[in-house]
Amino acid sequence: MNTWWESVVAKFQMCFITDDRYMLLVKGFGVTIETSLLAVVIGVIIGMIIALFALSNSKALRMIAKIYTDIIRGTPSVTQLMIIYFVIFATVPLPKWIIASIAFGINSGAYVSEIIRGGILSVDKGQTEAGRSLGLSASQTMKDIVIPQAVKNIFPSLCNEFIVLIKETAIVGYVGLMDLQKAGDFIKSATFEAFLPLIATAVIYFTLIKILTILFSRVETNLRKSDIR
Amino acid sequence: MISVKNLHKSFGDLEVLKGIDLEVKQGEVVVVIGPSGSGKSTLIRCLNMLEVPTDGEVYIDGEMINAPKANIDLMRQKMGMVFQHFNLFPHKTVMENITLAPIRLGKANKAEAENTARELLTRIGLLDKAENYPVQLSGGQKQRIAIARALAMHPEIMLFDEPTSALDPEMVGEVLDLMKDLAKSGMTMVVVTHEMGFAREVGTRVIFMDGGVIVEEGTPDQIFTSAKNERTQSFLSKVL
Repeated sequence: MNTWWESVVAKFQMCFITDDRYMLLVKGFGVTIETSLLAVVIGVIIGMIIALFALSNSKALRMIAKIYTDIIRGTPSVTQLMIIYFVIFATVPLPKWIIASIAFGINSGAYVSEIIRGGILSVDKGQTEAGRSLGLSASQTMKDIVIPQAVKNIFPSLCNEFIVLIKETAIVGYVGLMDLQKAGDFIKSATFEAFLPLIATAVIYFTLIKILTILFSRVETNLRKSDIR
Repeated sequence: MISVKNLHKSFGDLEVLKGIDLEVKQGEVVVVIGPSGSGKSTLIRCLNMLEVPTDGEVYIDGEMINAPKANIDLMRQKMGMVFQHFNLFPHKTVMENITLAPIRLGKANKAEAENTARELLTRIGLLDKAENYPVQLSGGQKQRIAIARALAMHPEIMLFDEPTSALDPEMVGEVLDLMKDLAKSGMTMVVVTHEMGFAREVGTRVIFMDGGVIVEEGTPDQIFTSAKNERTQSFLSKVL
């Protein structure tokens, strides 16, 4: 019993304390967070634009939206990441994490656009008619009447997409970025000890997402206050 | 105030309106009756361009609303519309529902709009519901709020598209009473309804539609007691 415990402590020391290896996880966590955050912002902006394209009257814009979502959905995100990093942005002098965020944002945008499109279509047509009949313009009606209701409807799916996106950034190691996942992997290679670093990585991801889930559900409750009878 | 000339409307191959001519003068209460699918709702929705006419002309105050360059939004501000399913904005309070359009369209500042809203709510007896959300109201209350919302824009014309058809029977009265008040105040109204009592009592003119055309029109007395057309007689015999 005593020797088993001692070996666990020794391994823990080797994995996280020696050479300040825990700092790898801390920095990796930072990279994961900054990459995910920027990607979410890019994804939402692209998603809104593509959703408006998909719902527009112009055939050409609808076509662009369809081709975009088709390509993104039809290829693995790691392939997209590598193409964007090694081909499209190969000669662009931007920090690695920003290029990675752009890649994830472009990927997420396709899914977000589908969520937003569905959300806008889910708002009863009578709402638009009521807005327009009062003399509001199409864009005022969209902004004041349709989108706020759509946001409420799509909020859970959007949160889910954000969580998927955070976990998806675990593939940035493919383009040489030291995120949380890669940090765990690095410690594993350096120490020949797989269990502790990988479990630590998992626990950090889990905790992050658990906290976000709790925050999201608070916001959702707030959004639903007009549904309370 | 409203002038409709040779109005046609088709949905794909289905021709719903087959040439409607209609004049509505200031202060008139025109009640449109007829069987389901006769085109009544399509007609009233063409008046404020919620449906775009396939052919023909619709004039509001002498301006053609279905002209290519018409400022539809501006012309809609003159016409309030009340829907069968109320279409209150569920994410806004009653107060916000009523004040949204006047504020957004620069008709009033927030304080003025809220004053008007309070006056309207007092008039319909729902001032205590100002801070409630639509989901907390009964059907009759919702429809009265929807009428107040339309009135807050100070419209010259009010369009009612089957305003009591989605209500529980015991709530029909409160909405019709409000509409009667409105008619008495001199509001120009076009009302699509199945409430024959209302048509008879409040209407200055009754229009019977069937199959996409106006079959017969006249004063309530003429239509309800001495309809000339066979189709009118047969419809009335079923609903009265």
